[in-house]
Amino acid sequence: MATRLLRPVTGSADGEPRLSGDLQPTGDLQLTGPERAVAVTEHESSAAVEVRGLRREFGGRAVIDGLDLTVAPGEFVALLGRSGCGKSTLLRVLAGIDLDVAGAVSVPRRRAVAFQEPRLLPWKRVWRNVALGLRGEDARGRVLAALDEVGLDHRVDAWPLTLSGGEAQRAALARALVREPDLLLLDEPCASLDALTRLRMQALIADLWERHAPAVVLVTHDVDEALALADRALVMSDGVISEDVAIHAARPRRPADPEILALRAHLLELLGVPTPAAS
Amino acid sequence: MPASESTALAVTEPPSSPPAPPAAGAEATVAPRTVAPRTSAPAVAVGAADAPSGAPAGAGPSRRRPEIETLRAAGGGRRRRPVPRWLRRASGPVLLLALWQLGSSTGFISAQTLTSPATVVTTAWDMIKDGSLVDGLLVSLRRVAYGLLFGGIAGLVLAVISGLFRAGEDLVDAPMQMLRTLPFLGLIPLLIIWFGIGETSKIVLVSLGVAFPIYLNTYAAIRDVDGRLVEAAGTLGLRRLELVRHVILPGALPGMLVGLRYSLGVAWLALVIAEQVNADKGLGYLMMNAREFLQTDVITVCLIVYSLLGLATDMLVRLLEKGALSWRRGFSGQ
Repeated sequence: MATRLLRPVTGSADGEPRLSGDLQPTGDLQLTGPERAVAVTEHESSAAVEVRGLRREFGGRAVIDGLDLTVAPGEFVALLGRSGCGKSTLLRVLAGIDLDVAGAVSVPRRRAVAFQEPRLLPWKRVWRNVALGLRGEDARGRVLAALDEVGLDHRVDAWPLTLSGGEAQRAALARALVREPDLLLLDEPCASLDALTRLRMQALIADLWERHAPAVVLVTHDVDEALALADRALVMSDGVISEDVAIHAARPRRPADPEILALRAHLLELLGVPTPAAS
Repeated sequence: MPASESTALAVTEPPSSPPAPPAAGAEATVAPRTVAPRTSAPAVAVGAADAPSGAPAGAGPSRRRPEIETLRAAGGGRRRRPVPRWLRRASGPVLLLALWQLGSSTGFISAQTLTSPATVVTTAWDMIKDGSLVDGLLVSLRRVAYGLLFGGIAGLVLAVISGLFRAGEDLVDAPMQMLRTLPFLGLIPLLIIWFGIGETSKIVLVSLGVAFPIYLNTYAAIRDVDGRLVEAAGTLGLRRLELVRHVILPGALPGMLVGLRYSLGVAWLALVIAEQVNADKGLGYLMMNAREFLQTDVITVCLIVYSLLGLATDMLVRLLEKGALSWRRGFSGQ
């Protein structure tokens, strides 16, 4: 997997990924374009995501402070944490949107993001939205295949504002998938959906992940969602990943599985919501 | 579904008073009965332990009989053949026209003040026949077209520069905001000194009037584009120019069109002024000429032509909006 290092330009370009976490002032590295303002170091690595000593400040307050994270290729990781703990910030750093950081971050070149809101351009029809920025031949064919895969083949020419919440979110997922990412970043993609649509969306995400096998980092506040989908659940607090919980239960996951139930109680307790089963 | 039953009932039934009649009301009371236990649940649990779940309405002393309102489907009962909307809209202007004609016919409005609508029509026909109206119209249209073109391009380019780039904003926006407070019609003496009394000064005046509304609205619209959309598009690997083309400019289009509509109004205004100050052809010239001979009918015809032109251009932009903004699902009035 071609992986490149995002890091302040001041680092030496010796071709070797420096993951030792030397903190450097980052100046004005605020550009959001993944192709710009980063020292690009191609390297072969066994990990899809490698973060060392990451630090991100907002107005002098460090939201992320010395965070380390490794995600294997094809691994599904759920990132849990109370609101404001910095999990969305971490996701934005991994996406390359937020580069105003110190530390070393290496992520796959091919990565895609789906946000909590679908963020479709309302003035472009659904398939044009999915095709946005897509290069190479037969873009439309690939787009149609992706829309078919998320079950939106009947809304290809619809305006985004006429889609239901679930449909719009599926279109956003298709837009991420059509790029065949090695890393898929999901920022609470089911949070604004109704309960039934959310379950269907989670099933779809599980299905797509098994078929395309990208590494996934899913930011969520829903413990059940994490337990239904992820190989590992990470709990973030105080600017670092404070807990790393492996989920070995067989797929498809059954919520009533005793192992899942025990993990659920454990994770909820870590998040400060003790359940009767845990106490 | 008791709720839907009772509303369906209410539509067919005449407005029944709160104590419902026995036959029809028997079903109407189903809805409050299913609601009542839920709202007063705590009271039941504590006080009336002997009354189990489905207690009849009004059994407990604490239970208030709700006031029943009969809902009518909108417009369901009295469906008359509606008068077409355009006819209703036309009634006001037609009435005004009739009053005007009446005033002229009875001599209440003298011909020197304002000629009658009938005379205006015949005068207009005469002016069309001898070609003076069409000639003047073409000259005026040409001035507005050039003014719109030059002023529009200038406003648009400046707005894009200051909308897209911080440096552009620093450089362009401050002077534009200062100049915009200048009453541009007051520039006529200067323009005449600079460009003479020919076509150039008139086109420049229209351009000046057009440029500012376009600039202000486009600039504001660009800065108003949803940052989250720009961010999302950025993660899709769009190049800078693609971002502008696919995200920022389409996002700013509604605001731009508002600017265009506004500037069209200003363009006609600037034209009227420019043509009346100094012209040897055009609609304004026709009017000034008519003034010399107290031809209020000619003046009225020209005024009507001006307003028709304004109306036509406004409709053109509306049509443009309809086509370009068909993706929108905004509030369209009730």
